[in-house]
Amino acid sequence: MTAPFDLSDDTVVVVIGTGAGGGVLANELAQKGVSVVALEAGGRYLPEDYINDEWESFGQLAWTDPRTTSGDWRVARDFSGLPAWIVKAVGGTTTHWAGASLRFQDHEWKARTTYGDVQGANLLDWPIDPREMDDYYTRAEEKLGVTRTNDRAGLPGNTNFKVFEKGAKALGYEEVHTGRMAINSADYDERPACQQTGFCFQGCKWGAKWSAAYTDIPRGEATGNLEVRERCHVLRIEHDEEGKASSVVYVDAGGTQQEQKARVVCVAGNSIESPRLLLNSASQMFPDGLANSSGQVGRNYMRHVTGSVYATFDKPVRMWRGTTMAGIIQDEARHDPERGFVGGYELETLALGLPFMAAFLDPGGWGREFTSALDHYENMAGMWIVGEDMPQETNRITLNHAVTDQHGLPVADVHFDDHPNDIAMRNHAYKQGMAVYDAVGATRTFPTPPYPSTHNLGTNRMSANPRDGVVNSHGQSHDIANLFVSDGSQFTTGASENPTLTIVALAIRQAEFIAAELGRQNL
Amino acid sequence: MTSRKQGMTRRQLLSQGAMAGASFVVGSGFVAGQAHAANWALEVTHLQPETMATLIQMARDIYPHDQVSDEFYAIAVKGYDSEDAAPGIEAGIAALNEAARGIGYARYVDVGWERDRADLLRGMENSAFFQQIRGGLVTGLYNQKAVWPIFGYEGESFSKGGYIDRGFDDINWL
Repeated sequence: MTAPFDLSDDTVVVVIGTGAGGGVLANELAQKGVSVVALEAGGRYLPEDYINDEWESFGQLAWTDPRTTSGDWRVARDFSGLPAWIVKAVGGTTTHWAGASLRFQDHEWKARTTYGDVQGANLLDWPIDPREMDDYYTRAEEKLGVTRTNDRAGLPGNTNFKVFEKGAKALGYEEVHTGRMAINSADYDERPACQQTGFCFQGCKWGAKWSAAYTDIPRGEATGNLEVRERCHVLRIEHDEEGKASSVVYVDAGGTQQEQKARVVCVAGNSIESPRLLLNSASQMFPDGLANSSGQVGRNYMRHVTGSVYATFDKPVRMWRGTTMAGIIQDEARHDPERGFVGGYELETLALGLPFMAAFLDPGGWGREFTSALDHYENMAGMWIVGEDMPQETNRITLNHAVTDQHGLPVADVHFDDHPNDIAMRNHAYKQGMAVYDAVGATRTFPTPPYPSTHNLGTNRMSANPRDGVVNSHGQSHDIANLFVSDGSQFTTGASENPTLTIVALAIRQAEFIAAELGRQNL
Repeated sequence: MTSRKQGMTRRQLLSQGAMAGASFVVGSGFVAGQAHAANWALEVTHLQPETMATLIQMARDIYPHDQVSDEFYAIAVKGYDSEDAAPGIEAGIAALNEAARGIGYARYVDVGWERDRADLLRGMENSAFFQQIRGGLVTGLYNQKAVWPIFGYEGESFSKGGYIDRGFDDINWL
């Protein structure tokens, strides 16, 4: 059978979402000859469509369907309707991501064993051996063209990096470089080299940054085995009387409700929408939602310990020029409880344009303390903190029945309270980040609170024991054999690295498993 | 955090005898001022001109940038001059003037020191009116492309080929 596929075709694998997880999975399956229907809630935007203007681009790409927030995190106060800054488009948040592509450290796959029993944390080891991931990581790096892997050169450092690097070295940091980035430092895989244009968050207009939107998706479609249906918003997953997933109900681009039959269903709508979909698919047989016999669907929501440090200097930096995430300090990524917390964090340069700096530097701030900082915008440098946060059962996605979306379904409420370990880590990172800039003569530093989450993880987590999580080591749900989770929500723990490379590596691995299981008639 | 569209157009009318650096009411239905070389004026149809002038001062006091002229603040709040928004704005500014009377001034704009005006604003910081104005300014002021060069921000660079040959790593003071 060749795409397009019939709604009644029950031999297809339906993939919900086309980002780093779903987009890669759909292509990998299609390359193996598996028939795939990918349902994407957003529209299709390519480099020529991207807008290098922060607010206009936000209007074009961001997922702004209603959501609610609760908990003690500051995002719930500052951006109560926008818990996450993620994308609704073909390619998902791979249009928006900065490109940092880091492997987990070995011990991070075994957080429970390494960190021990941290009070209040629902830690668990991943049911995956880190050695097994080596090859998948290598394949993911080849796919993305990650710099500083397999002899690919690093990117050149921009002004923001040079300030950061000098401060880092003054502090004695040693692992400081321009990162392992899915941004070409030389032409690679039909994509050009980075032109240091900035606006990586708004979609790379050169296509120098890897995004599923213009790599995996069209390549999958070219096989004739993948049909991507854009602007199709999934409402629920149906199952048959044996409890196997049997179809996916969605609203198409014209507003008409459709039902696509399925042999296998893979959920990759990110860590907010994926659990919401499973919960919204509750039935008589599964009253608590699909794949939720453990009660863990929606729980253990992680968003990384984030925050930023900006600093002003007496001379211009012009941090917006060039790659948005232009370099990294990895010395603090180690696990070293001597610092007063378990796990570690990365420091990565980051730049915002003036409009977003005004919105994010100190949300709600005003008056001269605020504006005197922006007055020196040209003299600012900036970095972002990415650290491992603790999974907590009470940090979770639930259905908020008081608020419904455009399709009448309850929206996701995103509840998050910082764990004491998260707070200790963030404070340590603020201190170190400010010290980096002080070492180069900063006249003022700004420990900036977390933005709406871009790393959303853990809400359908992997576990060896079905009692502890939602999916097994292949992302296959413990309860329903032909229902998979294919995005960051399957993360058992978050590690200190930006998650995309691991999501991609897991998607490549999952595609192998699904294709093999289909071949064995096990699905 | 939704982006408020800047549907407002900038009206630059000649205004004789404008005072430098301050906006003030000129005749009926206009608020005017002077920005660098050009005079500007804003026509109001739903708000009282005095209300608009006070709103502009309030906007500057919330986000004071001494190098940014009043016209940009005027553009940022121009959208409130609508049938729907005007009653709430009139009420909010009336409350602000009332607060000014509490410390011995006839009107908010008569309070001479920014510090004293900021204290009045801080007293109403949690009001819906203050948050409406402050929240609107985040995009209304800082998302004006004409404001960006004042802060040195260059905006998009794709049309110029990025910064690969135009100083992405140009820093000489480290």
